Amino acid sequence: MSLQQTVQVINPQGLHARPADLLVRCAASFQSNILLQKGSEQVDCRSILSLLTLGATTGTELTLVADGDDAAEAIAAISDLFQQGFHEIDDATPTSAASSNQPST
Amino acid sequence: MKFSDFVKTSAIRAELTSLTKEAVIEELVQSLLDAGEIAADQRDDIVAAIMKREELGSTGIGRGVAVPHTKHPSVGQLVGTVGVSDQGVDFDSLDGERVQLFFLLISPPERPGDHLRALENISRQLRDETFCRFLKQSKSADDIQQLLQEADDNQFAAG
Repeated sequence: MSLQQTVQVINPQGLHARPADLLVRCAASFQSNILLQKGSEQVDCRSILSLLTLGATTGTELTLVADGDDAAEAIAAISDLFQQGFHEIDDATPTSAASSNQPST
Repeated sequence: MKFSDFVKTSAIRAELTSLTKEAVIEELVQSLLDAGEIAADQRDDIVAAIMKREELGSTGIGRGVAVPHTKHPSVGQLVGTVGVSDQGVDFDSLDGERVQLFFLLISPPERPGDHLRALENISRQLRDETFCRFLKQSKSADDIQQLLQEADDNQFAAG
């Protein structure tokens, strides 16, 4: 099953190294082939180096394509990451850092 | 964006001696200080900021390449340097490989687009195996500078 959906980069910092890492980890949890297209360019969502070549700044629209048995789940999970601005919309406090709640000394 | 737009030639290091993540970051930041690209009193703060970014996830993006970076208010424009380690450094890379090629970037906080375009350029060029291999084999800063120049001139455009 092949599915596609348009996604948009909405976090101010764009698709930089950390979001690319998140996308790779997410894509790796599915069996489907997952691609991101920007214009005529198409890259494998499992390659951080390839994702970075997109240079996708905030506002950029990309086409997400998934092909495989779990394509629907893959599209849902990855488009969700885009919609959440890769968890960095509220800027300074990265969600993964438990230490961010500690008082600064 | 081209390498020449952000890589400071006199800060290029062909023979990095550091063997740990923090030491190699210090060595690269020092190279920018020696080149007059950052202020001496900002050095420690910049190193700490880059280390803090690494804690969120290694910038060792695979293929023996790392792009340690930070935003920092003390720079007025994107500044970067390139370093090559013969032995490689354990950088907690995403693919587990030791890192031989370093592209260290410091960008003004309000210019995320410049940082992205630098990453785009670096990753695009590094997809070329030949460019990667030549860089790792570089023995002098002049060699590296020449390779970057050739990349800017699209000598490795095939990738």
